[in-house]
Amino acid sequence: MNWIIWVGAILVLIILFMIFRIGNLVELVKGNKEEEFSISWNNINAYLFLGFMFFGLVFFFWYSITYFADYDPPVASIHGKITDDLFWLTMWVTVIAFSIIFMVMFWFTFTYRYDKSRKAEFFADNTKLEILWTVVPAIVLTVLVVQGLIAWSDITGPAKKDAIVVEMIGQQFLWTARYPGTKDNELGKHNYKMIDASNEFGLDLSDKNSFDDFKSLELHIPVNKEILMKIRAKDVLHSVFLPHFRVKMDAVPGVQTHFKFTATKTTAEMREELNNPNFNYEMACTEVCGRGHFSMKFPVVVDSEEDYQKWLSSQESWLKQNPEYLKYVPAELKEVAMIKAGIPLDNNVSVQTAAIK
Amino acid sequence: MATLDVHHHIETHDHDDHGHEHHHGNFWTTYIFSEDHKVIAKQFLLTGMAWALIGGILSVLFRLQLGFPEANLSWLKPILGGWLTAEGKIDPDFYLALVTMHGTIMVFFVLTAGLSGTFSNFLIPLQIGARDMASGFMNMLSYWFFFLSSVIMFISLFISTGPAAGGWVIYPPLSALPQAIPGSGLGMTLWLVSMALFIVSSLLGSINYITTVINMRTVGMSFAKLPLTIWAFFLTAVIGILSFPVLFGAALLLIFDRSFGTSFYLSDIYIGGEALPNQGGSPILFQHLFWFLGHPEVYIVLLPALGITSEIIATNSRKPIFGYKAMVGSMLGIAILSFVVWAHHMFVTGMNPFLGSVFTLLTLIIAVPSAVKIFNYVTTLWKGNIRFTPAMLFSIGLVSFFLTGGITGLFLGNSAVDIQLHDTYFVVAHFHLVMGSASFFGMMAGVYHWFPKMFGRMMDEKLGYLHFWLTFIGVYLVFFPMHYIGIAGFPRRYYSWTAFETFSGFADLNMLVSVAAIITLAAQFVFLFNFIYHIFRGKLAPANPWNSTTLEWTTPRLPGHGNWPGEIPTVYRWPYDYSKPGSKEDFIPQHIPFSETPESNLPNENDQIKLDLGGAGVGGNKH
Repeated sequence: MNWIIWVGAILVLIILFMIFRIGNLVELVKGNKEEEFSISWNNINAYLFLGFMFFGLVFFFWYSITYFADYDPPVASIHGKITDDLFWLTMWVTVIAFSIIFMVMFWFTFTYRYDKSRKAEFFADNTKLEILWTVVPAIVLTVLVVQGLIAWSDITGPAKKDAIVVEMIGQQFLWTARYPGTKDNELGKHNYKMIDASNEFGLDLSDKNSFDDFKSLELHIPVNKEILMKIRAKDVLHSVFLPHFRVKMDAVPGVQTHFKFTATKTTAEMREELNNPNFNYEMACTEVCGRGHFSMKFPVVVDSEEDYQKWLSSQESWLKQNPEYLKYVPAELKEVAMIKAGIPLDNNVSVQTAAIK
Repeated sequence: MATLDVHHHIETHDHDDHGHEHHHGNFWTTYIFSEDHKVIAKQFLLTGMAWALIGGILSVLFRLQLGFPEANLSWLKPILGGWLTAEGKIDPDFYLALVTMHGTIMVFFVLTAGLSGTFSNFLIPLQIGARDMASGFMNMLSYWFFFLSSVIMFISLFISTGPAAGGWVIYPPLSALPQAIPGSGLGMTLWLVSMALFIVSSLLGSINYITTVINMRTVGMSFAKLPLTIWAFFLTAVIGILSFPVLFGAALLLIFDRSFGTSFYLSDIYIGGEALPNQGGSPILFQHLFWFLGHPEVYIVLLPALGITSEIIATNSRKPIFGYKAMVGSMLGIAILSFVVWAHHMFVTGMNPFLGSVFTLLTLIIAVPSAVKIFNYVTTLWKGNIRFTPAMLFSIGLVSFFLTGGITGLFLGNSAVDIQLHDTYFVVAHFHLVMGSASFFGMMAGVYHWFPKMFGRMMDEKLGYLHFWLTFIGVYLVFFPMHYIGIAGFPRRYYSWTAFETFSGFADLNMLVSVAAIITLAAQFVFLFNFIYHIFRGKLAPANPWNSTTLEWTTPRLPGHGNWPGEIPTVYRWPYDYSKPGSKEDFIPQHIPFSETPESNLPNENDQIKLDLGGAGVGGNKH
């Protein structure tokens, strides 16, 4: 079967080649001298450009307006609203500039197509025009840049003192979240050399802030509360991307990065707004990290304050889930560790302290 | 320079068995290890075209996966072998390798070596009036280093662990750790070796271009009379010399990290159940070093294309290029600013946000000279008498892409807006239009325009039109939809989007893009046929087929070694005297003195006549 397709393809190519040869011969017979410039083809190209411009622009505006909702992702954060506004302002500026230049250019290529009876205008320079189109873009750009920089400095400025801290950790090919726990609200120290199969965070248990830290395989955040997301990676670069919150920041091994944002709509509110009961916020990876890059999904839930507190109190500290790691806690902190981790202080303590003694 | 005039490779006629005995040397010295800039240019062109074909085919392979994720590709088994899964899908690791190699090949091997290598080599001596490059031998070395680098990169496509696969930007740690992805094993080593050789080639070429432009211009060819092509090639070479060594440094440190246990880019890594000993390095350092080349590289690719376009648009509009000084000024501005905008690729990589502000500001400044260039092109068309040769079509196509793709830079250069768009298809659309397609069109325009001088024959115009329209519309259909996909948030370098609800729409648009990509690639075969067939069977070209003013068209139909059989012409005027009022012809070549054109001289040019007559004796020393 395969070879028949190949033979067919070769035959088609041969036929095309013959047509090309015959075309050339006919032209020779008709006496079309090679130097002669084909005015009809020149006009065809000019009309094609005009048609391309016209239908291109019509199609562009029609598609953009008709399918707007499909590619305009809903926004659910405070700064996201600002950057979106800036995005659409830039869009207006660029679409207007683009359309004008596009129309003018292809109008020129059409109007000034070759005509034997005409001579081109010797127009080499005009300082006023040059200054005009240096200054106008410069002013427009200044407006955009100033707004952008104001937004940027707000977005990247320090987080509020009472912001909720969450740590996102990227690794091939999954995310994990670490919360600072309910007792101290501080993330414990970590050290990559302490990472093992259970201690995924590399939690440094000599730091008392680490005792109540807990792990989550879903990102839960309360609505209308500033979140300070601390980001790190274990192996290669990853990048936290929360499309609905307009959040993106690389996860870099050896470097702590962060991004602060405030979600404005709970998952339930968003479901209602989009009329889609299955809607979920998602986190993706946007820095190529290997084979499974495209599948690094992490579920995100925005809770009402009440639900968030409920969820928070239902979480167990990592240490409670892995009590065998108590042995890494310095003896004098052991009791504190158990209290903070929520491990019942029964005879367990005496047994272990006895063991150490 | 007198030595050059007699530098005609006088070979002793030792009759060897090859039978390729040639007047100036044997087959090997004339066509293979040639020191003639025109032959070297053609070598770069042919190698570049071969690479463009490979790069294009790779892109169609990954577009098949993206546009038709359900398709069974087992019919590709004879070519891809083990890179197909049992269900006939492209392996995700190989998908990343395809993306990586497509980028590397297109950026470096096609649009840097293929574009600059071809046209800087071919046009610099011909347009400035020199017999050859300053150093023919270095020029030859430049090609052969490129060839060697090509061979190594090509071999890396066939090794069992696959070629480099961490993206063309080869960010460590991914590119440093074979545990992270198979492509970071031998494939990455070959990538680095190949790029090191490539940089050597590029530097040898650039030094030659700069030296030639500064020292070997013919009498009267002042910098103010240089065609814009030469300005573009000259500035490109300067940018290349200043930025490529930094990439070399970055690559060298990466080689050390990979092979000799250093920690320039590596720190705190736990991979494959093991904590690596490396500490204290920073992956962000690599990104700074990489983009210090990487961003100027955009202009290394783009400026020659813009130079070629300036020349072709002026010639075929039969008008002087509008604002010659502004064009040179904006290229200078772009060349300088291109060195201070690199970190706009890194707004969300964890770089200090204050730096983000600085780079936003500088990045949007560079938009001004770019805008000036577009306005000047459009004004050059105004009241012209436009002939749509295939070269002119591709030049107009370039301006169109430069506009479409350039204007989206206003989004991406603005750090606050870039947060959402970074590493999405919006970026892919942006740079493929403004840098990829625009430069590719510049290259195509150049081939169509200078083919008669390269091969002494004409290409077929109608096949050229067909090639242009298929490619022009094809490119728009490939890259324009990507803006929408990008605004919707689709991340780059994804093997599939179905894992996410957020990104699972737009299957139809992705299919359209893939179909358009296949058609666009197919259209290139029209060009290949047109090109190869007419090298041998084309109509003989006149010496100056486009009625152009620059010096290369004063050479014979097929210029031999040394370019001009007699004396090198002297230059009296700028290169854009098209449709000058009073002149009978609609062009006056650069070597025609003002004394021969009293009917069309401007007042200051009449004064120039006396200076020309006085200066001829002095200038004679130069050659």
